[in-house]
Amino acid sequence: MGLADIVASVKSGAVKAADLTEVRLAAIAAREGDIHAFNHVMADEARASAAAVDEAVARGDDPGPLAGVTVALKDNMCTRGVPTTCSSKILEGWLPPYDGTVVAALKASGAVAVGKTNLDEFAMGSSTENSAFGPTRNPHDTNRVPGGSSGGSAAAVAAGFSDFSLGSDTGGSIRQPAALCGVVGVKPTYGYVSRYGLVAFASSLDQIGPFTNTVEDAALVLDVIGGHDPRDSTSIPQQHPSLVAALQQGVGGLRIGRITDLPEGADPDVQERLEAAFDTLKAQGATIVDVQVPAFSFGLTAYYLIAPAEASSNLARYDGVRYGMRVEATDTNAMYGATREAGFGDEVKRRIMLGTYALSAGYYDAYYGKALKVRRLIHDDFERAYQHADVLLTPTSPSVAFEFGSKGDNPLAMYLCDTYTIPTNLAGHPGMSVPFGTGAHGLPVGVQVLAGTLQEPVMFRVAAALERSLA
Amino acid sequence: MSERDGLPGDWELVVGLEVHVELATNTKMFSSSPNRFGDEPNTNIDPVTLGLPGALPVLNEQAVELAMRIGLALNCTIQPCTFHRKNYFYPDMPKAYQVSQYDQPLNIDGYLDLPNGVRVGIERAHMEEDAGKSTHIGGSGGRVHGADYSLLDLNRAGVPLVEIVSRPDIQTSDDARDYVNELRGILVAIGASDAKMEEGSLRVDANISVRQPGAPLGTRCEIKNVNSIRSLGRAIEYEARRQIDLLESGDKVRQETRHWDETDGRTHTLRVKEDADDYRYFLEPDLVPVVPSAEWIHRVREAMPPLPAQRREHLSVLTGQPANSEAVTSVVERGQDHYVLAVSHLGGDAARALVYVKEAFADLGAEPAVPALDIAGLTTLEVDGKVTATQAKAILAEIIANGGGDAAAIAAAKGFEALDTSALETVVDQVIAEQADAWAKFCAGDGKAMGAIVGAVMKATQGKADGKIVTALLNQKKG
Repeated sequence: MGLADIVASVKSGAVKAADLTEVRLAAIAAREGDIHAFNHVMADEARASAAAVDEAVARGDDPGPLAGVTVALKDNMCTRGVPTTCSSKILEGWLPPYDGTVVAALKASGAVAVGKTNLDEFAMGSSTENSAFGPTRNPHDTNRVPGGSSGGSAAAVAAGFSDFSLGSDTGGSIRQPAALCGVVGVKPTYGYVSRYGLVAFASSLDQIGPFTNTVEDAALVLDVIGGHDPRDSTSIPQQHPSLVAALQQGVGGLRIGRITDLPEGADPDVQERLEAAFDTLKAQGATIVDVQVPAFSFGLTAYYLIAPAEASSNLARYDGVRYGMRVEATDTNAMYGATREAGFGDEVKRRIMLGTYALSAGYYDAYYGKALKVRRLIHDDFERAYQHADVLLTPTSPSVAFEFGSKGDNPLAMYLCDTYTIPTNLAGHPGMSVPFGTGAHGLPVGVQVLAGTLQEPVMFRVAAALERSLA
Repeated sequence: MSERDGLPGDWELVVGLEVHVELATNTKMFSSSPNRFGDEPNTNIDPVTLGLPGALPVLNEQAVELAMRIGLALNCTIQPCTFHRKNYFYPDMPKAYQVSQYDQPLNIDGYLDLPNGVRVGIERAHMEEDAGKSTHIGGSGGRVHGADYSLLDLNRAGVPLVEIVSRPDIQTSDDARDYVNELRGILVAIGASDAKMEEGSLRVDANISVRQPGAPLGTRCEIKNVNSIRSLGRAIEYEARRQIDLLESGDKVRQETRHWDETDGRTHTLRVKEDADDYRYFLEPDLVPVVPSAEWIHRVREAMPPLPAQRREHLSVLTGQPANSEAVTSVVERGQDHYVLAVSHLGGDAARALVYVKEAFADLGAEPAVPALDIAGLTTLEVDGKVTATQAKAILAEIIANGGGDAAAIAAAKGFEALDTSALETVVDQVIAEQADAWAKFCAGDGKAMGAIVGAVMKATQGKADGKIVTALLNQKKG
């Protein structure tokens, strides 16, 4: 059942939100032990929210555009009075005194939050293996990773633990796990969704977006959580047109771009599904055009300077002084050191060191400064490409879901998982992953649809066309 | 003392000042918590102030406008600007970075003219946020080193600041004091800050070096913890002598930050340049650039009250006193120039009013609770010769003590009947007759003899005679 159908049946009184919530809680009880999608299941809060929706319906009040729909929230979104850990020991036990803007928007819309989902610590990783609380397993094959960093949110939807979920995407952290778990995942234009209450990893790249079963569901969620927020200075100061409305249009006449200088490295099964995607769009009346994005291949390098640089600053506040973990020591500086040594995992420490170095006097120009120039080039190359194509199609991930431990000891191999997703974040553009059949071992393959700034409507039209072709 | 003259040998003093002012906004720089001094610790806080995970800054428009006022008052160019993060760990800095303007500040390239005519260049006046306040308990001298524990008050964290950086154009400790004094007057006049050094809403750091005439700039030291204008002068004088002593004994000045100790009157090493933090500045990704439009700048400029220099000039023209005279500067500094203007508008004599206000209104504040009309009446009485300057002073004291009063009625009550000239002439003739000896000496050119005659006239008139008129009569009679 799609979200629109759920909302309609809850609003009509035909189905009780309380019953729908119990179904999801039962699914969690049955399989969460195998999957470990959640850091914290909010069973009591979920039951209370569902009851409130049912009461509103009984009173004849409007219960909201997502009435009775269950949602799982990535555990880097602040939830008032509910643990928010970023899967890090350093935030264990912290209870935010406020709801983030999207969390408040979901509450107001009648959505029922069932839990906080696992992630790579502070969203740094592509497999959820970097969680301080243990990895999440892929519901399609529990010997394999769900992707990351939003692995818990992707797995929650794939396992039927919630009707949809929210993740955050800094370099592919929504799209890559969506592809590996066989669900839809969207990273909107930077500034489309408020970041207020999203614990920052790399502020200029972070963006919240949904995981859903269908393209239409994703459009519905973005229509609720998108829009200007006066508490986020980087949120775009305008209302966005309804994406649900855009889905009605087909792809006839659209120009679908194939990036001819895309970095190689995608597995043949993934490549085969991408070709099938081009074919079906052509069959539906779109034109395939060749474009170049020369700076695309520099994205990974620039990203691993810019994102750690911002992270080194964003994560400096975890010093044991005001909240979260504290390891006592003889003086303040020793306390900082002991707390951060014990509180952060290896990948987080690695990126803090990388970023600190990249920003240091004497190295700034060669590293951070140069990376900013590359970022500008990538943006400009994309902009030129979008003069010739309405959207671009690429693989989301170079491979299907991989086995635990296969890249865990090799940071560079792990970083390559995001080759195709990272440049979009650097450009600030939207991108989404749509499930498009299966590859090796019968595992899901995602195709990535990219578009220019605020071109979500056309991106969604293409994604919907791909989805329809599989039906 | 004038440093240029007072320094030993040929040494020249070079001083640049960095002045931090807390802006008088309603709320903090990036959040809606109140910006208020003296509240219970840790009550003016919120997720942004506390640097909680997920919190984001939103720039306070009022802070930008007050910063623009400062720029306009200091003749700066106002330009599109950005914010950076200055990264460092300190417990009272909740985010472990301070949001500050770096290479693109709001205000650049201005100047401030001191009342004595010296022009001090302004390099920049940029916006940044204040840190919280640490109080170190135990140990010695309130310093963190050796303290048993520290208390944090984050009420001040996130309070908007403007840092005004002068060029090294200041050459005497007097000019340094005048600069801060004039700047403070401007900040208060334009409503940008209450600028109280004792409450820390105005803080001064001094960059000091010395050199021989024509030589390149010497190595400078930055002096912190200067908590009053008087201390600023003392610190500069001490530091200049310290550096000269070093150089004259063949040593070098080491670039360092030094701490002014009010009790021993010396500066002490705080940290040397090699230990300076690497702040790893980078563009604050949570904020967007501020691009003040010409229309916005115009609107802010139009709303600006007149500056102290303009007010001094106005008062000078009105009263005939020099703009840098003590009477004009002190009355403007107290904000009482409006009062003198009011007396003038009510028909009073501005020059006399300036003298009265300067002498007798020191404790009455910017809005003296004395009817300007009564003061106007008194000036007229004195200018018309109905009372003497001495009598006017007595009447003024009574008007102030009673919160008002009719000058003529008080004069009558006190028996301050002014003598008209013919009555006075009769008395003068009488005294000349009585003091024939003194009169003869006076006529022979002995100026000292005049005193005895005038004194006798005063005695005879019980002080009602105007000394100036008596002198004029005597000279007239001498022929």
